[in-house]
Amino acid sequence: MGNKQTIFTQEQLDAYQDCTFFTRKEILRLFYRYRDLAPQLVPLDYTDKPAVTLPYELIGSMPELKDNPFRQRIAEVFSEHGDGNMTLDDFLDMFSVLSEMAPRDLKAYYAFKIYDFNNDDYICKSDLEKTVNKLTRNELTPEEVSLVCEKVIYEADVDNDGKLSLEDFQHMIVRAPDFLRSPLFPGSF
Amino acid sequence: MSQPPSITLHVPEGTESDGQEPSPDNERALHTSFHQLILEQSSLIEAGLELELQERDRESPACLATPDACAGAWPEPGQGEEHPSYSSASLQILASMPSRTIGRNLGAIISQYCNRTARLRRRSSRPPLQQLCRAARPSLRQYDLETDPTRATLEDKRRLLVKELLSVSPSQCSHMLLTMPLSLAEKRILRRQLSRQRDPLRQRTHHRAPFSPCGWSKVYVILGCRGLWYRILSLLRTAQPWHYALKQIGGRFGSSVLSYFLFLKMLLMFNFFSFLILLAFVVVLQAVYPPASVSPQPFTGLELLTGGGYFTHSLLYYGYYRNVTLNDPCTSSPKGSMCPLAAPLFPYNLPLAYLFSIGVSFLVTCILLVYSVSRSFRESVRSSMGDLAIKVFCAWDFKVIQRRSVKLQCENICTQLKELLVEHRSRSRSRSCCQCLRHCIVILLAWVLALGCVSGCVLAVHYFSEHMHMVQQEQQAQGSGRWQQEAILLVLPLVVSLLNALMPRLFNLLAMWEKQDSPVTQVYVAIIRNLILKTMVLILLCSQWLSRSVTCSAEECWETCVGQDLYRFMVMDFIFTLLDMLFGELIWRLILEKKLKTKQRPEFDIARNVLELIYGQTLTWLGILFAPLLPAVQMVKLLLLFYIKKTSLMWNCQSPSKPWQASRMSTMFITLLCFPSFLGAAAFLSYTIWSVQPSETCGPFRGLETIYKSGKRWVLVLEKSNPNITWFAWVYQHLLENTWLLFFTSVALIAVIYFNIQVVRGRQRIILLLQEQIAKEGEDKIFLIEKLHCVYKQRDRCS
Repeated sequence: MGNKQTIFTQEQLDAYQDCTFFTRKEILRLFYRYRDLAPQLVPLDYTDKPAVTLPYELIGSMPELKDNPFRQRIAEVFSEHGDGNMTLDDFLDMFSVLSEMAPRDLKAYYAFKIYDFNNDDYICKSDLEKTVNKLTRNELTPEEVSLVCEKVIYEADVDNDGKLSLEDFQHMIVRAPDFLRSPLFPGSF
Repeated sequence: MSQPPSITLHVPEGTESDGQEPSPDNERALHTSFHQLILEQSSLIEAGLELELQERDRESPACLATPDACAGAWPEPGQGEEHPSYSSASLQILASMPSRTIGRNLGAIISQYCNRTARLRRRSSRPPLQQLCRAARPSLRQYDLETDPTRATLEDKRRLLVKELLSVSPSQCSHMLLTMPLSLAEKRILRRQLSRQRDPLRQRTHHRAPFSPCGWSKVYVILGCRGLWYRILSLLRTAQPWHYALKQIGGRFGSSVLSYFLFLKMLLMFNFFSFLILLAFVVVLQAVYPPASVSPQPFTGLELLTGGGYFTHSLLYYGYYRNVTLNDPCTSSPKGSMCPLAAPLFPYNLPLAYLFSIGVSFLVTCILLVYSVSRSFRESVRSSMGDLAIKVFCAWDFKVIQRRSVKLQCENICTQLKELLVEHRSRSRSRSCCQCLRHCIVILLAWVLALGCVSGCVLAVHYFSEHMHMVQQEQQAQGSGRWQQEAILLVLPLVVSLLNALMPRLFNLLAMWEKQDSPVTQVYVAIIRNLILKTMVLILLCSQWLSRSVTCSAEECWETCVGQDLYRFMVMDFIFTLLDMLFGELIWRLILEKKLKTKQRPEFDIARNVLELIYGQTLTWLGILFAPLLPAVQMVKLLLLFYIKKTSLMWNCQSPSKPWQASRMSTMFITLLCFPSFLGAAAFLSYTIWSVQPSETCGPFRGLETIYKSGKRWVLVLEKSNPNITWFAWVYQHLLENTWLLFFTSVALIAVIYFNIQVVRGRQRIILLLQEQIAKEGEDKIFLIEKLHCVYKQRDRCS
């Protein structure tokens, strides 16, 4: 712990280390990445807890998210008010959950929120249709999309209420070994 | 926070005996009594609801949770469409159901985690029965904070959670804090409250030293260790060999192509361990005490190809190794005469070391293989139902970040979904009898053709090897030059490698003509045919080597000859892989681009490439007895292959368009490596050690009846030298060599396997029962919701 930094107080850094899966160095690196998105908006001194929010357009232009079809949902899920504009806390939270060290249950929880487009705590048919369209870039016909969604609900709905709750989703994820094993943001950032 | 109505059940007396809880069997009584209750309660909550509505209006500008929670708890327009007749009050109640609010409502998450922490502390999932209030149905037992009306505010819930967190162990506390699905800001609030509760003195003095809120001062050490552990983990990940290269490949081509390179890396690891064991115990020691014998032939470059010449009398082959105790100075003196020098302090018996090292390296490989198979099997064996759902939610390979690759992946997913739909449709579509018959005939024909090709190839190899043997003998009789003689030796490996390269492409064409129902079956069938071909050819070659009827029949030191043959096969395999890459990928891509002017690039055929790797590894394992340094050769080959394949992939190929489930395929490849490949090599090795007579003039087992006899001889020598350990010899003679023991061991193993299978079956049955139960509970919930809506509708109508 030799290098002095003046961005955060020691208490803030400790809090970040306790609440995310990152080490001190990684947190500082992430802070610089956050700052690089808008150097004029983000101050170099966070000790007095400035209320700085970066708009979604800047977040969505990051190379890791730029081509991801779900980038808007990801930003909305992790942002404070659900509109895609992220504070530093939201930014760190997003990277922490999607890093390699986060447990699978946590990732599944947030993945469920990402796929739940209308925020009603269930993945209903319309949510699924939006998901499939985003995945396939609207290449499937509407009938095919509808068929896929019906089959998905038929396969994954355990309590027979016609939509997927968080428990149904988690139950299905347990069966899928490839789910989110690889992190969203590979390698060092 | 809306207060859900508290429903306490008063079961009418007389239905059950006093003091006993009514069992869930009396459903009818309970349902009707519910109806009564709901009617009663509805009048009570009428007044309460109005109050809540006022509260909600006051709350919405200063929302505790996200504004979404406030907005969402209120009926959304989308929801209104689904349930047009449901009143807003009932929807409000629905919105605060525990299973619903877990998604967003902060208070619900906090109370859920409070319960979880409490359960952790109690180490059981249910509180003791005495603490529960007497409710009829077990599902109504109110040990969930959410339905407990006395603790409703967010602050209260936070305080309770903090209290629970403080009472568990510090590592669990920090783990809970990390894994809670709350936002970072909320977690920091909790953490601050924890620290304030834990150590109020410190807070006041604003002590600048790092402190931990989760417990006692020694917890700081634990948290420091945790940080250290994460750092080690991330370092380990980056320190793995080829870490960046593998990420690059995964990013551009996805995890299916990546599985090939991971398989290569795994094979490299197996070879490394075998090589290490043999190096340490056999090769280095023989190198230190070289035999005073034949002067080696001069080194020309041809040795690298043919393995003969300079390499013949080198550490590479079996013939170089001596059959004596290595550091015994008496070895040079003739047998029978007395040796004036003292016996060595630590005699190193090379033949024994040779035998045991090979045995141990095979054992280590076996253990590693079985572990890999079981781990990958566990990961990939799930119920086959749900593959469409899994594809939709899990197909997005998050490693892919390049724009072109993202587009490709979208196309991949699209293709996969379309194919799955076709599969579903064709499964549901019933075939006419005529079509079925035609399809069966086509498949039968294809298999007959494939097997015919395989037998043709095997016969061709057999006759060709005999022919080459005759030619070689003629050449030797004529006394032609060394180059010619060596070239003759290379022809058979060349032909075998050529067949191995061409036949799979023929099988691919056959599969296209066959038009299987699903593309996955196509891949499996192609793999099986390829595997049959390679297995048959290898069996033929092994029988030729062991019987020494064709190759190495003229040699005195036949083991070295067999080792050289295997070396040649390996080198030829490598050369043909390179040629295949050159023609199949580079030149084909140039043709596609320049001549045919399409944007398509050749695909990387994962199955064929992996089978080639398995074939190469089988050759190594077959040859380890005859050429102890063969794992080193294989390691060099694999290293070169990795870089060359990667370069060729990046330049020439596109990602495969066939549907691929990486984990299931990896399991299959590892299983293929274990069962036909390793087991076959182990069987070959065992047969050689047990039944084949080693040559008289060379190698560490010269003069013995079989290689196995050396071990037996050693035990007898031990017995003679030290009469105290006769029990060891007895154990060896009567237990290890006795067939009864093997019989009983196999029976015990089979019994254990059967037991495990039955356990798995029992668990599957339980899973089915639980699924039915969940479905019934869901129906119950729907029923109750309907009733609730009826109640409110009636109330609205009446009011």
